[in-house]
Amino acid sequence: MVEALQFEFMRNALFAGMLTSIICGIIGTLIVVNRLVFLSGGIAHSAYGGIGLAFYFKLPYMVGAVGFSFLAAMLMAGVSIKSKQRADTVIGVIWAMGMALGVLLLDITPGYNVDLMSYLFGSILSVPVSDLITMAVVGGTILLIVFYFFQDLLVMSYDEEFALVRGVPVKRLYYMLIGIVAITVVMVVQVVGLILVIALLTIPPYIAEKYTKTLFQMMLLSCALGMLFTTGGLWASYRLDLTSGAAIIFLAGIAFFASLVIDHLLQLWRKRMMSLAHQEELSVTRN
Amino acid sequence: MTPPVIDIYDLCFSYSGKEVLHGINLTVHNRDFVAVIGPNGGGKTTLLKLVLGLLRPTRGEIKLNGKPLGSNNATIGYVPQQINHNLSFPATALDIVLMGKHRPDKRFVFTNSKKDRRDAMEALDKIGIAGYANRKITDLSGGQRQRVLIARALVTGPELLMLDEPTASIDTKGQADFYALLQSLNETQTIFLVSHDLLSIASYAKSIACVNKRLYCHQPFSSSKELLEAFYACSAEDTPSSTLSGQAAEETING
Repeated sequence: MVEALQFEFMRNALFAGMLTSIICGIIGTLIVVNRLVFLSGGIAHSAYGGIGLAFYFKLPYMVGAVGFSFLAAMLMAGVSIKSKQRADTVIGVIWAMGMALGVLLLDITPGYNVDLMSYLFGSILSVPVSDLITMAVVGGTILLIVFYFFQDLLVMSYDEEFALVRGVPVKRLYYMLIGIVAITVVMVVQVVGLILVIALLTIPPYIAEKYTKTLFQMMLLSCALGMLFTTGGLWASYRLDLTSGAAIIFLAGIAFFASLVIDHLLQLWRKRMMSLAHQEELSVTRN
Repeated sequence: MTPPVIDIYDLCFSYSGKEVLHGINLTVHNRDFVAVIGPNGGGKTTLLKLVLGLLRPTRGEIKLNGKPLGSNNATIGYVPQQINHNLSFPATALDIVLMGKHRPDKRFVFTNSKKDRRDAMEALDKIGIAGYANRKITDLSGGQRQRVLIARALVTGPELLMLDEPTASIDTKGQADFYALLQSLNETQTIFLVSHDLLSIASYAKSIACVNKRLYCHQPFSSSKELLEAFYACSAEDTPSSTLSGQAAEETING
């Protein structure tokens, strides 16, 4: 790994991976505990409609993607608040429509032929320094907002109704959270690709949730796991000459299933210990 | 004379074109123990949510301590029906209770002040689960989790404790303990309880309110016989699906 770091692109990739891990670890924790994984997927995919709009109207890429995703996200948030029962269906519709719109707009834009695959998988190995700076600044701002509202988000995430009774502005907070998710997702997707973002938003928090006692610990462990996966994946991709994004995702996936197996074994072991203790108790009383 | 804790005047509530509650007038005085009963879909939970301010009335007025709703919500302690939602949420029993101490107008990022922690521990101690303070909520039993939610409500220092079918997911032994606990809390707090559990109401509630779109009666509790009569009276009339809720009522009584 050390010799790999002599290349600037590897240093940038590693730095991008660290930033992504921190942002995804913290926002991903909020996504997982608020059950917003599907909604985040919807936002990320509908961003493609924004990219299409940007190309068609010759706007800057980020303006189109962030603007469109943000509007789509607000729409999804509104539907989630109004009718929780059917929110997933509406999110699915916006998800598909956004992508279709993007493809159609690119079709009718003369002279452009953008590769959809690069959006899906990104290219963590070709991140320019300017993107890193944007990520650091936007990421830092988002994290400041999250920590300013940390207690409110905590109370809302656990029990919305109780939060309302306590006077937490749940609706505004929910829109804010979804807005933050939209900006995060689009920004990070552009750098490391859609699939890696979804993986880093879900897998580290899911594993972390089981081994931590507070939301803050869950965020910290998620960040650490994300860093472990990105570093490990990058190293593997360098040594074995593999696609970096896919290597990171695959490593995270293996960890995910490993944690399931470990949990299962732990449970079996606990049961066994309990039955042993029970038998011992029985034999003591008999003697 | 102090104003009643809850004063509901001519309350109506409609949801997507259907009238759920109509012309409710209800007064709850200090240290009352009101049990709200009625058939499924009769609007009991809706009434509770209106008083909590989670829903807005279509018509009518709700006053708490003589003041209109919204200006003094902090005096209500709310214990929700669902105790099993968000089970894997990373929080200890103490953390959940501390959520009751959260004041949105004062933001402290990580530190809960020592006083808050002491209050939270006291609340847990009061309901007898201080030993579980640092357990994760996933590792608690249904009854213990229920108690954590009550502690979360108590730590807000409420004059009024509102509970929505709190015993729905605890076993019989747990229920008896739970009602004994409520009775001791009732010495200092007004209790507003939505319940299906007629048997327990018969032994603990001070007054009953039968709600089935309208308020059929609100009377001090005297005998189990009157309770049953009241329950049947409000279940039988004017129900959108009267046969169904009639069955439900019988099941509740038999079970």
